[in-house]
Amino acid sequence: MSTPTPGQTIGPFFGYALPYEGDADLVPPGSAGSIRLHGWVYDGAGNPIPDALLEIWQTDSEGNIPQAEGSLHRDGWTFTGWGRADTDLNGHYTFSTVLPGASAEGSAPFFALTVFARGLLDKLQTRIYLPEHPANAGDALLVSLSEDERATLVATADATGLRFDIHLQGDRETTFLNYG
Amino acid sequence: MTAPTKKRPVETQADLSAEIAEREKLSIEAEAAGQNVRQPLLDYPPYRSSVLRHPTKDPRHADPETIELWSPCFGHSDVDPLEADLTIAGSNEPIGERITVSGRVLDGEGRPVRNQLVEIWQANSAGRYIHKHEQHPAPLDPNFTGVGRCITDDEGRYRFQTIKPGPYPWGNHINAWRPAHIHFSLFGRAFTQRLITQMYFPSDPLFALDPIYQSITSQKARDALVATYDHDLSTPEYSMGYNWDIVLTGPSRTWTEPEEGDL
Repeated sequence: MSTPTPGQTIGPFFGYALPYEGDADLVPPGSAGSIRLHGWVYDGAGNPIPDALLEIWQTDSEGNIPQAEGSLHRDGWTFTGWGRADTDLNGHYTFSTVLPGASAEGSAPFFALTVFARGLLDKLQTRIYLPEHPANAGDALLVSLSEDERATLVATADATGLRFDIHLQGDRETTFLNYG
Repeated sequence: MTAPTKKRPVETQADLSAEIAEREKLSIEAEAAGQNVRQPLLDYPPYRSSVLRHPTKDPRHADPETIELWSPCFGHSDVDPLEADLTIAGSNEPIGERITVSGRVLDGEGRPVRNQLVEIWQANSAGRYIHKHEQHPAPLDPNFTGVGRCITDDEGRYRFQTIKPGPYPWGNHINAWRPAHIHFSLFGRAFTQRLITQMYFPSDPLFALDPIYQSITSQKARDALVATYDHDLSTPEYSMGYNWDIVLTGPSRTWTEPEEGDL
């Protein structure tokens, strides 16, 4: 096996290169069935991180894995399952999307999440689970975690959809995953 | 909550280099003791911005589920082939040494990652980025934005036409300079293989001094980020060529040979 190419930090200057118009809108905001998935990203001192980049990858509302191109030039009709959002000066991010469906009968649906930031030397990946979902109780990952760890991976419902905060460090440090 | 204040660095390069050497020694000792050392380290204090931005707990193991074994799909409706040429954004040619950067995106078994998105961004030949928070008083080049995209071909190959970026000063410590680099963003065959990294140029004298490059404590792994000069990629009387192959590891779904009719 060849040497895996190591990651390096996204650095401070991705803002003119990676974000693009419509990047965070997997579906048009306000369209039927759309929700807002939003939250804040914090460092170990509790300060918001204004230069993070988040990406989500998810099933559609029926649990199918999207394999349609068009994420970079969204037509407003094709669900590609992938989106990208950079944090604003307050460390806040927003996606417009739909709730993911379960990809298998009885499995717990989630958003797959990748986190990049200046100061973070490599990507971090984790899952955003849906609050109060009945399948969470039988999810292999969630049941392997302590209650505090589990709480970092489940979004909370709010008036427009879901809120999910990310703590790179600290008392409420988000549980990150490896798949090796 | 107070806004973070910008501190002026007080450490010299000699201070930093001593820290870098100490961290490398610890890593080599840990590997000799049979520990698996993450490349790069996330907890790497010589890179000052990492201190409050790395998780303190080890990642938890998860068996990848279906969605994590697939990758988003990009294609030619997403990227115009002209986006692979960073030298044609303005009405004139950008200033600097014209280069071609090309290579293959492969998975851990050496198989091509086909039809996937590659994004790059970089400083201009004077070491300046087009970014509103960029403060380096080097000239902007009106003919160079430093942003490119392409889709890999059936062999997993990408190819960009650009100019060689300059080294770039930053505030990590006194007289801190980044080695010249191009940022690369890559998607593999699975979500687990997502990668953002930096490509460097051969024999850069700044390698030993740079805490971001040195956060990879294994020389073999560092070497994987350095392109090689490739005379076959140089174009007569036009541009110099560099080759850089990328290996994306992480579990993915079972490999299938492309079927007839696949793109």
